[in-house]
Amino acid sequence: MSGRPILHVRNLCKSFPGAQVLTNVSLDVQVGTVHAMMGENGAGKSTLMKILVGLHTRDAGEILFKGQPWRIKNPHDALKRGVAMIHQELLPFRNLSVAENITMGREPTRWFPGWIDRPALAREATRVLDRLGSPLAPGRKMMDLSVAEMQTVEIAKALAYDASLIIMDEPTSAISQREVDALFNLIRDLKQRGVTVIYISHKMDEIFRIADAITVLRDGYHITTRPASELDDRQLISLMVGRELAPPAAARSASQREPALEVHRLTLPGKFHDISFTLHRGEILGIAGLMGAGRTELVSAIYGLAPAASGEIRIRGRQLTITSPAAAIAAGIALVSEDRKLFGLVPRMSVQHNLTLSSLRQHWINRQREAALADAQIQTFAIKVAGRHQRVMHLSGGNQQKVVLAKALLSNPDILILDEPTRGIDIGAKTEIYALINRLANVGTAVLLVSSELPELLLLSDRLLVMRQGQLSARFDTRQTSPQEILKFAMPA
Amino acid sequence: MRLMRSSSIKSWGLAIALVLICLALSLAKPGFLTIPNLLNVMRQISINGILAVGVTYVILTGGVDLSLGSLVAVSGVVAASLAHPNQHVLALPVLLGVLTGTLGGALNGLVVTRGKVAPFIATLGMMTVARGLALVLSSGRPVSNLSTEFTRLGGDLAGVPIPLIVLAVIACLSAVFLQNLRLGRYIYAVGGNDLAATASGINVAAVKMFSYGTCGALAGVAGVVLAARITTGQPNAGVGYELDAIAAVVIGGTSLSGGVGSIGGTILGALLIGVINNGLDLLNVTSYYQSIVKGVIIVGAVWLDQKQNKS
Repeated sequence: MSGRPILHVRNLCKSFPGAQVLTNVSLDVQVGTVHAMMGENGAGKSTLMKILVGLHTRDAGEILFKGQPWRIKNPHDALKRGVAMIHQELLPFRNLSVAENITMGREPTRWFPGWIDRPALAREATRVLDRLGSPLAPGRKMMDLSVAEMQTVEIAKALAYDASLIIMDEPTSAISQREVDALFNLIRDLKQRGVTVIYISHKMDEIFRIADAITVLRDGYHITTRPASELDDRQLISLMVGRELAPPAAARSASQREPALEVHRLTLPGKFHDISFTLHRGEILGIAGLMGAGRTELVSAIYGLAPAASGEIRIRGRQLTITSPAAAIAAGIALVSEDRKLFGLVPRMSVQHNLTLSSLRQHWINRQREAALADAQIQTFAIKVAGRHQRVMHLSGGNQQKVVLAKALLSNPDILILDEPTRGIDIGAKTEIYALINRLANVGTAVLLVSSELPELLLLSDRLLVMRQGQLSARFDTRQTSPQEILKFAMPA
Repeated sequence: MRLMRSSSIKSWGLAIALVLICLALSLAKPGFLTIPNLLNVMRQISINGILAVGVTYVILTGGVDLSLGSLVAVSGVVAASLAHPNQHVLALPVLLGVLTGTLGGALNGLVVTRGKVAPFIATLGMMTVARGLALVLSSGRPVSNLSTEFTRLGGDLAGVPIPLIVLAVIACLSAVFLQNLRLGRYIYAVGGNDLAATASGINVAAVKMFSYGTCGALAGVAGVVLAARITTGQPNAGVGYELDAIAAVVIGGTSLSGGVGSIGGTILGALLIGVINNGLDLLNVTSYYQSIVKGVIIVGAVWLDQKQNKS
């Protein structure tokens, strides 16, 4: 390590409507190192990286790249100036060839501008692929490649632009162990050539295999940047989880209560397997796990959005086959989806119409009553609106989330499924939502809480399930466990 | 003015534009602002108005229906062939005409929801099929010699054109339906975000089926009224009517991507097209230029609308 930073970030701030995502973040990345970015979901890693490649703009702060102020307009601009990002979800031009993808945006031309020099294009692609030692044929179509091969093409594209900083966002989330080894060899090779890599991953073992330095972000704050050799799993996890947690809410004795929802051997091949649990009235049951562990798929199956292939669901002791959300709502289940834009809201409809959408019982809508109900929900949930006729798309993220919650509760559910109920909203709104969830449980609602934020799970739930790669890996009484223990069962073995 | 509350600003802008155009026309041509001429405008917009109200249901769900013109023809032919003097009671040709349109629309809905074919393609297919069917049923010849009870449906009642009465009734019922009925609300939800609609417990396929079916039924109504007005069942009637109807809907502020719009807007859009056509006629502008003007107005209205929506 030369000790000379290729990337120098000072006091970077970024907020989205309703949430501060980065607060005074400062860090240095040294030339020719592999620098890991760690943090829980929502810690601000992705936002930071998106600012670096021009997908977001910063509110304040300074970024120097190779000692020069970093001012770019878009990702292509960043690429031309030497910073490439390989996204978790690859977006290649699937119907074009490997060579065309590698040279996209800087195709060699001849004869007159705009006429692509195909031989030169093939030569350029071959040159870069050879440099990577990749056996990929430049003429193959992208759609025929595996995810790992597509990644290689992305890296080749970065090299074709002479990128000196490559950001990889969870590159191993969709590739096999053998391909991970190949990727790591490639990264070491890049390092040899003086290329710097920023590596984002949740997988501890990978971090310690490949990273020279580790930066931990938490709630938008920079916690630490240290050489990887000075840290171990335990320390890293406590740095990521960090804050002191309030003691769990007044314990509700779930054991004597009647079961509200029983799930027995529920399976959807490729998504989740053999899941069994019981959720009682007045209980908050948390489900922990990493992204892709099958938690959202599980609750979607219970709600009838994408029904399970086999297994049983019992509601208040009665076995039910739920194949549509309409059936779930009729059975007294409500779901607050993790993706409020996609599943929660009709953006161009008014707040009032969104609130009542799943609770219209009669054919004829009594508009006075509807307005009164909407006003009551707006007040109960302290939703900040210009009026009940305001379009929901114009609300802040936190207020949109409150609309989704208020809408779910308007149908008076016995069983409330919350999937990431506080994603992307600020701490104030979070606290209000926590209080609300507790109140609901205290009046007998059964709450199934999926969250990627451990503090949230530990604060709210009575019991915890942990999911890993589609299976239940552990069950805990919340008072007798620790974040470290939960993470141990959440991380891929 | 309750009809246009949900998109009030847009509709008001359109209403003001309409009033200004009428004012200008009445200054330029004193013949414009006379009762016979205004009734004439109304008579001319009735068919397009009925079709535009129908296709509003479909466009609100985020779809489109290109088969309207052909459904008008086939419904008209079916009704006319049952409406010869002393053949059947009046109700039969009328009901079967409307039923024909309904079936066409329901088939559109089925292909879109069950077959998952894009609405543009599904209804493009129906456009050709229904036109062929109209020609087959009539052997390619106009169906004439219709009973006077039937043709009276295209005439006046106490001085008011019956097609206009039909349009008024349909528009009022539709406006109330979309504003006050649960199914109407669901139509907006499906067009606004069909995944969220599904997650809210709405049967999206059923809502779409209803919209396409209603649109087809209103095309059937338009077909019967048209056959009565021109006193023949014309297998070649209605060519291009779907585009005029869609134009009225779009000018009226309904979003082609679905979820936003109103019947009030659609009626204003149909009125605007009708008034401009009539005005250009009065000003002795040839139909060639009328076509150009209409095209410019359609694009201009949507462009203005988008600019307004952004700000």
